Parts: sequence; C-alpha cells; structure tokens
Amino acid sequence: MLDWLVAHVVPIVFYTAAVLVVAGAIGVIWFRNPIHAALSLLATFLAVAGLFVLQHAEFIAAVQIVVYAGGVMVLFLFVMMLVNVRTLPREYQYVRSLLPAAVVTGGFLAAVVAAGLFARSYLAAADPAALTAVEGQTMGNTEAVGWVLYRDFLLPFEVVSLVLLVAMLGAIVMGRKDRREEDAGEEAR
Amino acid sequence: MITITHYLVLSLVLFTLGVVGMVIRRNFITLLMCVELIINAATINFIAFSRQAGDVTGQVFAVFLITIAAAEAAIGLGIIVALVRLKQTVQLDQANVMRG
Amino acid sequence: MNMDLRADLLALLPELTLTAGALVVLLAGVGGGGRRHGGLAVTALASVGLTAIALKIAVDVSEAGRLFFSGMFVLDPFAVFFKVLFLLTAALAPLLSRDYLERHDYRPGEYHSLVLFATVGMMVMASGTNLASIYVGLELMALSTYVLAGYFRREVKSHEAASKYFVLGALSSGVLVYGLSLLFGELGSLDLAAMAAALGGAERTPTLLTGMALLACGFLFKVAAVPFHMWTPDVYEGAPTPITAFLSVGPKAAAFAIFLRVFLGGLEGLTPYWVWLVGGSAALTMIWGNLAALTQDNVKRMLAYSSIAHAGYALLGLLAGSELGVQSVLFYMLVYLVSNLGAFGFVILLESRGYAGETVADYAGLARRQPLAAFGMLVFLLSLGGIPPTAGFMGKLYVFAAAVNAGFVWLVVVAVVMSAVSLYYYLRIAMQMYLREGQEGEGAEVLAAPWTARAIGVCGVFVGIIGVYPAPFAAAARTTAALIGVTLP
Repeated sequence: MLDWLVAHVVPIVFYTAAVLVVAGAIGVIWFRNPIHAALSLLATFLAVAGLFVLQHAEFIAAVQIVVYAGGVMVLFLFVMMLVNVRTLPREYQYVRSLLPAAVVTGGFLAAVVAAGLFARSYLAAADPAALTAVEGQTMGNTEAVGWVLYRDFLLPFEVVSLVLLVAMLGAIVMGRKDRREEDAGEEAR
Repeated sequence: MITITHYLVLSLVLFTLGVVGMVIRRNFITLLMCVELIINAATINFIAFSRQAGDVTGQVFAVFLITIAAAEAAIGLGIIVALVRLKQTVQLDQANVMRG
Repeated sequence: MNMDLRADLLALLPELTLTAGALVVLLAGVGGGGRRHGGLAVTALASVGLTAIALKIAVDVSEAGRLFFSGMFVLDPFAVFFKVLFLLTAALAPLLSRDYLERHDYRPGEYHSLVLFATVGMMVMASGTNLASIYVGLELMALSTYVLAGYFRREVKSHEAASKYFVLGALSSGVLVYGLSLLFGELGSLDLAAMAAALGGAERTPTLLTGMALLACGFLFKVAAVPFHMWTPDVYEGAPTPITAFLSVGPKAAAFAIFLRVFLGGLEGLTPYWVWLVGGSAALTMIWGNLAALTQDNVKRMLAYSSIAHAGYALLGLLAGSELGVQSVLFYMLVYLVSNLGAFGFVILLESRGYAGETVADYAGLARRQPLAAFGMLVFLLSLGGIPPTAGFMGKLYVFAAAVNAGFVWLVVVAVVMSAVSLYYYLRIAMQMYLREGQEGEGAEVLAAPWTARAIGVCGVFVGIIGVYPAPFAAAARTTAALIGVTLP
C-alpha cells in the first residue's frame, strides 16, 4: 500500500489539487454570500500554489501564497467587512436567462481548445534541473528566477513598480473620505 | 502519467469558469474574483509551459502577472468602496443611471 | 550579459523625465497645494515639455533600431512618432482640464499626475518589442485611466463609468493574457522577433490559433471595436469630459500601436487567419458605430460612438498591412487626435445643464451668440466627417487608399458609405448652431475658460494645416513603417 502511494505521489497530488481548484472556482460563482465566495477563492489559490510546486516553480508558489492568499484575499475580506457586505440588501444575483447560453458557449469553447491541447502531451518534457540553472550554473529556482528577472526583464520590472504606485494612488483617490461627497451621497439616496 | 496537457486542460476549465462567472454574476465583488480566476488560469499556463521547455522565462512573467493582478484588485476594491459609499449597492444593475 | 546600462537609460530618458514630472506634480498637489490649479497645470505642462526635449536627446544619442534592455525596448521612428502623439495629448490634457477641474472643485494634483503616469505607460507600450514590456505598459496606462474615469467622486455617473470601464478593462486584460500564454507556449518566447522567427517553421496548431484569436480579441477590446465595445459609450458619457477626451485619443492610439507591432510584426506569419476576425470586426465597427450615433441626443455619447467608428476606419489600415497601410494608420491617429480633442474641447466649454447634460439642442443658435465658437466647432465636425480641406479628409483618404491597394475593396465601400452616413450626425450639430433660433438664456453658455480655449486653438491650427498641407506629416509617418524583424511587402 505504502509503495503504491509513494510511486503515485505525483498523480495523487495533482488530482487532489486540481479538484480543489475547480471546486473553489465553482464556489466563487455559486455562493450568494461574497464572504463564502472569497473563502472559496482562497482555496483555489492555495491549490494552485500546490500545482506550482509540482511544476518545479517553488519561488512562484511561495509568491502565490504570500501575495494572493496573504495579500489580495485579506484585502478582499477587509473591504467586505468595511462596506458591511452582509447588510446590503439581498438582491437578485444572477441573470438567469443568460446562464444556459453562457454554459453552453463556455463548454463549447473549452471542448474546441481541449481537442487541440492533447497534441502537446506527446512532446517530451525538459529536464527540470534546467529551471534551477542559468547559463549552465545550478543555483536553485529562486536564484534562477532572480537572475532572469533582474537581467533580462529589468524594464518591465521598473515599470511594474510604477504600476504599484498608481495602484496605491488610485486606491487612495477612490477610497478616501470627501466631506462634500458624503453630502452628495445623501442627496443621491 | 501527468503530462502538460493535464495542466492546460485544467487552466482552460478555470479560464472558462472565470469568463462565464463574469457574464452571469452581477455582484461587482464576485466579478473581481472571477477576474482573478482568469489571471490564475493564465499563470498556470505560463508555469506549465515553462516546465516543459525548461525555460525560466515563463516563471518570471508569472511574477509580473501576480503583481499586476494584485494592483488591479486594489483599484477594483477602491472603486467598490467608493461606489458603496455613494449608492449603498454593489450591484452593477442598480448603478445603472445611464442607458446600458 | 548584454547590458549596456548607460545606453539603455539614455534611451529611456523621456519616460524617466515624465515619471519624475508626475511625481513632482503629485507631491506639489498635496495638502494646501491642491488648491493651486494654475500652478499644477503649468507644472504638468512643463513636465511634458521637458520630456519632449528628453525625447529629442534620446533619439539623437541612440542608434536607431537598436534594442535596449535585453530586447524589451526600441526607439525606432514608429515609436518616436507615437511618443510625439502621446506627448501632444498629454500637453493638451492639462489645458483642457484646468478650468473644468476648478469649476467643479476637484483636487488637481492627483489628476494631472495620473494623466502623466498613463502617458508613461503609453510611451512604454509604443516602444515595446517584447510582450512583457508591452503588457506592463498597457496595465500602467489602464490602471491610471480607471481611476481618472471615476475621479469626479460626487457624480454617480462618474462612479458608474469607472466601474464599467474597470470591468471591461480587466476582462479584456485577462483574455489577452490567457491568449498570450497559449502563444508563449507554442512559440517559446515573448519576444516579438523570436516569435516571428518561430512562426516560420511552426505548425498551425489549434492552440496557436486560439491564442492568436484571444490576443486579437483582447486588442479589439482595447480599441473598442464592435462587438467588444460594450459599455464604452457609458464610460465616455459618465467620465469627466476632459478624461473622455483623453481616453478617446491616447489609449486608443496606444492600443493601435501595439496592435500594429504585434500583429504586423510578430504574428505576421499568421495573417491569413486573423484578417477574417479583424476584418469582420472592422466592418461591424464602422456600421454599428455610425448607425448608433445617429440616434444619440447626448453629445458625449454621440462622440463616443463616433470614436468607435473612427477606430473602424483605422483598422482598415491595419488590415492593409503594407507600408502604406501602417503609414496611414499613424497619420490617421494624428488627424483623429486633433479633430477629436478640438470637438471635445467645445463640449467642455459648453457644459451647461449640470454634469454631462449637454444635448444637441444645447447648441441651438450658437452661431448668433458666439460666432467664433460656432465656426471652430464646425471645423472640427467637418474634420471628423472627412470633408476637405480639413485634416480628416486626408486621413480617410490615406487609409482608404491603403485598403484598396491591398485588395479590401468591399470594406472600403462600406467605409465610404458609412462615412457619408456619419455626416448626418456631425452636421446635425452644425445645423443647430447655424440654422436654429435659440432663446436668450436657454441653451448652453460658452463659459469663460481661457486655457481650454488655447487648447482648442492649437487643435484648430493643426486641423487646418494638415488638411491643406499634409505632406510633411505623412512623410513623418512614412519613415516609421519598418517594423521590427519583418520586411513588409
């Protein structure tokens, strides 16, 4: 029994994670309560991180957990609590009439592309050690990612720092209290 | 045997769920979460292709994807906060003052 | 290690200068400084001016066509042309906005700096030769403009505009990046030249084509082509009018820049496949954009549909794919920029019945009350409609010629017919101005806004000059047509 488990560790982990990913995604669409949906999304993120580890992308897996699960989801939950999402009036959540059409279209698209994707399975996978090496020197996944990031992708890296600045600026501009805006809000209601 | 195709099919399912979710849900917060699903699907693709080719480039781009997705989420949430303050709703239909 | 940091940084000098300027404006606008509308607008304008000088320096110092930052960035004439366009937009933006911001009492510091950041993003997009730098520049521009659309916090319409623009933008970015992932997988690189090379021998698998299709859809979203234009009119109507003007010109031109580079440069090998998608979209865009504009009473919505239609005309140049085609798109972007900003400038001047309340009827009798303003508006309307001797006529001429030469005769027929249809809604405003009688006090007042007036003046001058003497501008666009790594037919 144990031997079988050890021999099949990769498929077991993959399928477990894959089921969690899809279940979490379905949960995001399904749940009425946004907080439940958020927790469902959290499960998806963690499962995806597990998949990354399986793909020899250890650094990205860690970033996924720290940034997505630890940052973005916390932000979501904070905002939901800030706006008291549960006390908002329960409103009609779905556009019922669109659901069958959406599902059929989505399914069709998926089937078409999946048919083409199977061709890839016959290509050989490269040696995973290549993901920890740069120019022949073995150094570990994080260092390899770092080398390529700061050498070849320096420009996008710097521009992304501006993106983050704008995000911060934008969040402040949109989120700050404006005394006159509250008066306008009173009139609007 | 788990091949790259398994990952690609999984990400396709995720992508489809994200897009379908955006079309049928009216709640702005849920919409944002579906956007995150779509970007995660793309990230899975990049990582999987990176693994198959033995090239770290895909992983490096994944860093950018995650960062930009987080920035987008921040702004989206800011817009939500502003919207709720003014209109007491996160339903896009209710916010429809202008002809759709 | 292929890094020559000094040369790389010199090539990036314009973007660096503009970023510094944006930061200065941001800091100057903090606290009490937020009341200095004039000072902040001047600072923003000065930043753009310095950036223009920096651009000249960078171009002089750098070898043309050389790739910087490990193949991420290039300063070829194509990029320089677009950067000049973006700087022109960024210069006119504070001029158009300053009076409007003061009248509606919103803080100018963050506003002007966000406009400048968006411009930095656009400049990075224009120079991008690797899909990583293109995507990152795109997101920088997009995030800045989401916030700008919702800047007028006290107006419900502005919030709605920001929400809808955000959803639209986020969805299109997601689709775009997923398509990108499939392309990356099949072609092995994000670098446009490498992708073009890989396409030489690669099999056209369904995965590759789906990736290409999704990428094309993402780009068509960004250009607001039909059927990916949903909510664009709402966004244009709800956003603060100077931002609508900015959105209709800057991000659209930037989207065309990357569309051209990626689809005519990197993915040129796949042309037989995407012409159907883009061609169909172009036809729908021209037809739907113009027909929908006919029924609009709100001038901002009407101009929104007009912008959609103009994107359709420009797509013809993209489809042509030849050197003339690329040249015509670049020239069209310039023409469209000055015409549209001029028209929106007048909409800003005339806003009367509260926020975004201007209807066609508001223009009644304007010719009698303010003959100069009416004439100016007429000039821009004629240019948008494509009547000689305005710049708009020249722009359409080039694009239609390129498309005909490339064999897209049917599309040009549609374009010409739709262009004629468009005259109806442009001239409808002109008729209101000149032929209708407006009562005293009713209709819109032309408000005192000297800065906006100056901006309109600049646009008017351009429209006139380009219309009569297009050669030097067209020549500037012509020398830019050699795209990275691919020889054009």
